Amino acid sequence: MKSLTSKSLTYFLLVVFAFIFAFPFYYMLVLSTVPGTQIYQYPPHIFFKTSLFTNIKALFEDLPFLVNFFNSVGIAVLSTASVIFFCTMGGFALSKYEFKGKKLVFLFILSTMAIPPFLNIIPFFKMMVTFHMYGTWLPLIVPNMANAFGIILMTQFMKDSIPNELMDAARIDGLSELKILTHIGFPLSKSGIAVLGIVTFINSWNNFMGALVMLPNTESTTLPVALSKLFLQMDGDRGGLMAGTVLAVLPLMVVFIIFNKQIIAGLTAGSVKG
Amino acid sequence: MISKQQRWAPYAFISPFFILFLIFGIFPIGYSLVMSFFKWTVNGPQEFRGVSNYIKLITVDPFFRGSLWTTFLLLIWGSLLQHVFAIPLAILLNNNKVRGKTFYKILYFLPYITSTVVIGMIFSQLYDTNYGWLNFILEKVFHMEKIKWLQEPIAMRVSVSAMVNWRFIGWNTVIYLAGLQSIDKQLYEAAEIDGASKLQTHFKITLPLLLPIIFFAVSMSIIGGMQLFEEPFILFGGYKNMGGPNNAGLTSAYYLMATGFSFNRFGKASSIAWILFLIIIAMTWINKLVTDKLQNR
Repeated sequence: MKSLTSKSLTYFLLVVFAFIFAFPFYYMLVLSTVPGTQIYQYPPHIFFKTSLFTNIKALFEDLPFLVNFFNSVGIAVLSTASVIFFCTMGGFALSKYEFKGKKLVFLFILSTMAIPPFLNIIPFFKMMVTFHMYGTWLPLIVPNMANAFGIILMTQFMKDSIPNELMDAARIDGLSELKILTHIGFPLSKSGIAVLGIVTFINSWNNFMGALVMLPNTESTTLPVALSKLFLQMDGDRGGLMAGTVLAVLPLMVVFIIFNKQIIAGLTAGSVKG
Repeated sequence: MISKQQRWAPYAFISPFFILFLIFGIFPIGYSLVMSFFKWTVNGPQEFRGVSNYIKLITVDPFFRGSLWTTFLLLIWGSLLQHVFAIPLAILLNNNKVRGKTFYKILYFLPYITSTVVIGMIFSQLYDTNYGWLNFILEKVFHMEKIKWLQEPIAMRVSVSAMVNWRFIGWNTVIYLAGLQSIDKQLYEAAEIDGASKLQTHFKITLPLLLPIIFFAVSMSIIGGMQLFEEPFILFGGYKNMGGPNNAGLTSAYYLMATGFSFNRFGKASSIAWILFLIIIAMTWINKLVTDKLQNR
C-alpha cells in the first residue's frame, strides 16, 4: 500500500513537471496558427486555428526571412565544420599522444571554460571593427573554432575509440602523423564527431548575444536577432512573429528528439567525470 | 623509438586552441582591463581615469547598484532555486521502476536547447496582464487579482526567475541523474538492511555523495546567473527600456551591454565586466569553501 502511494506520487510529480515544461511549447504552436489580430483574446487560446499559412506569409513581409534563415544556417554549418576539424585534432593530441606538459595543457584548457564571455565582449567588438570583420560571419565562427568544450569532449571520446596498435601499424607503413589523423583519427571517431557536431550546431543556432553585437542589422543578421527586433519594435499583428518562433525552434526540436540520447550525453559530458 | 614527427605532432594539433585563445582570449581580456581605467568612447578621445570608473559605478551611478541587487535576487530565485527542484526530480527519475524515463528526459531537457529569445517571446504572452494564461488561471482557479507580471518590480523579478528556472531545471536534473547513476547501489541495500528510511538514506547517502556534482552545477549556475542578460532583455524591451519600469529588470550584464553598445561607453562597460568577474570568482570560491566544509563533516 505504501509503495503504491509513493509510486503514484512519483508519477504525479513527474507529470506535473512534464506539463509545465511542455505547455509553453504547445502554446507556441497554437499561437502560430491564430490570426495575427486575434492573439490577444480572453480567455486565452488553447486550440489550434487555421491561419498558419497566413502567418507565414506575414512573416515573409515583416522580415527578410530567407536571408535571416540563410545566415543562421550558414553560420551554424561553417561553425560546425570548423569546430569538428579543430577540436577532433586537439582531442587527438590529448588522447593519443604522450608529450611533455600534457596534463598542464589539459587543465589549462579545462579552466578556460570558466572565463565568462562578458569579460571580453567589448574589446572583442573593437578588435572586429579594426580587422574589418564586424558585420561579417567571421566573428561568430573563428574565435570558437578550437573551443575547450569540444576538445575535452573529443579527448574523452577518442581515448577508447582508437586503438594504439592501429596507429603504430600505420607508422610502420610510413604514414605521416597528419595522415594518421585524417585516415584513422577522423573515421574512427564518427559517433563522437556526430555529438560534437549537433551540439555545436545547436549552440551556434541559438547564439543571440554574439549575433546581436556583430550583426545588428535586420537585413543581414541571424534568425533569433531578427525575431527579437521584430518582437521589440512591434505592436498589434503578431501572427508573423509567432510563425517565426516556430520556424526558429522546430528544426532543432526535431533533431533533438531524434538524437536525444547522444545530445544529452554530449552536453553533460565532463560534468560528472571532470 | 619515437620519431621526431611523432614528438612534434601533438603540439601542432593542439596549437590552434592556443593561437585562438591568445588572440580572442588573453588579448581582449588584457585589453578590457586597460579600457576599464579609461574614459573610452567610439570616436572620442581616450582619457586615462585611473580607478574612477570603478568608484563612480559603486558610489554614484544611478543604475549599477540597483542592477547588482537585481542580479543577486535573480541569482538566488532563478539560478540557485532550480537545484531545489532538480535534485528531487533526478532522484525520482533514477528509480528503476519508473517507466517512460526517456520521455521525461526529453521534455525536461527541451527548454535548454531552445533559443532564449523565442522562450522570452512565448513567456511574455503567458505573462500578459489581460490576455495571458497565468492571470487567467489566477483569476478563475484561485480567485485572485490580476498581477502585472511585466510591469511591477516584484512581479517582474518573479517572472524572470520563473523563466530561468523553467529553462535550466531539466538541464540540472539530467546532470544530477548522471551523478546518481554512478552511486554504488550496495550502499542503499546496506542502509535498507540497517533499517534506514528512504528520506534518511537520501540525506545520509545521496546528498553527500552528490556533493562534487552539486558543486559543479552550482558553480555553472553562478557563472550563468551573474551574466543573465537575454531573458530580461527580451521580456523588458531591449536596450531602450533599460529593464522596464523602475529598471527592476535591469541586470548587471544587461546594463553592461547597454553601456557598451547603446551608450558607446566602452571604458565604463569594461569596468562593469571586471566587477562582475571578481564577484563571480568570489562566489565560486565561497561555493568551494562550503562544499569542502560539508564534505569533511
